[in-house]
Amino acid sequence: MSIWEYANPVKFIRTTDKVLPWISVGAVLCLVTGLVWGFFFTPDDFRQGSTVKIFYLHVPAAMMAINAWVMMLVASLVWIIRRHHVSALAARAAAPVGATFTIIALATGALWGQPMWGTWWAWDPRLTSFLVLFLFYLGYMALWAAIENDDTAADLTSILCLVGSVFAILSRYAVLFWNQGLHQGASLSLDKEENVADVFWYPALVCIAGFVLLFIALVFLRTQTEIRARRARALMARERQA
Amino acid sequence: MIPDLGKYAFAVLASYGVGLGLLAVLVIASIARSRRVRAELEQIEERSKRPHG
Repeated sequence: MSIWEYANPVKFIRTTDKVLPWISVGAVLCLVTGLVWGFFFTPDDFRQGSTVKIFYLHVPAAMMAINAWVMMLVASLVWIIRRHHVSALAARAAAPVGATFTIIALATGALWGQPMWGTWWAWDPRLTSFLVLFLFYLGYMALWAAIENDDTAADLTSILCLVGSVFAILSRYAVLFWNQGLHQGASLSLDKEENVADVFWYPALVCIAGFVLLFIALVFLRTQTEIRARRARALMARERQA
Repeated sequence: MIPDLGKYAFAVLASYGVGLGLLAVLVIASIARSRRVRAELEQIEERSKRPHG
């Protein structure tokens, strides 16, 4: 069995139909467990007080905002190299999900920043690169919507996705590249010394799992929708020609 | 029931409100569009199966 079998739209829909309910239930369970655990059953941080509870939404959303773009990049490359329509449609399907995660990261970051830094916004490297990433999401979605021919739209949005990947990488490593911003370095690390305390780490891990599963579920659902919408457009075009 | 959030109550509650609200909008919009497109496609396929003339 090869992964390219799933480039067949019928096979993709049939397979994702089977796994979608399980992934959705997993996403809801992880999100509810992680957020309830984090909100109700974790202590305040000795420096940041109760604002540490924003961590459980802000960090998973920010991680997935970047990872969604990386997934779109891989799907775009598959489209450019192998011309599989499902991969281009999967990239299109992921964009609104990634954009929403980016807004959540920006909004919760502003709400967290105000009491901690004394400002809602600063032109800090990480914040600025995240804002640019959000603008790339908007541009990507607008480009898909603006071009009638699906293949041309897939070609141009794939190129835009390649360019935007620079900002997705910058968003992740901006703190390391320019060390003068307000934003702290990564809160999560495989190095136990640098990682957040276990009492915050475990619920955060469950929330991250929830965001990952939610992303997968939404991308599967939205890709199915894009495949059906594309078929509907093709049938209508055939009707008009008949 | 709600833990004592002290002087940061607004920041924490607003974050959860905005975050969960946006997630809910995204999920509802995705499901609604999926249902609408599926119904539209079924209608078009039905129409295209009918004999012409």
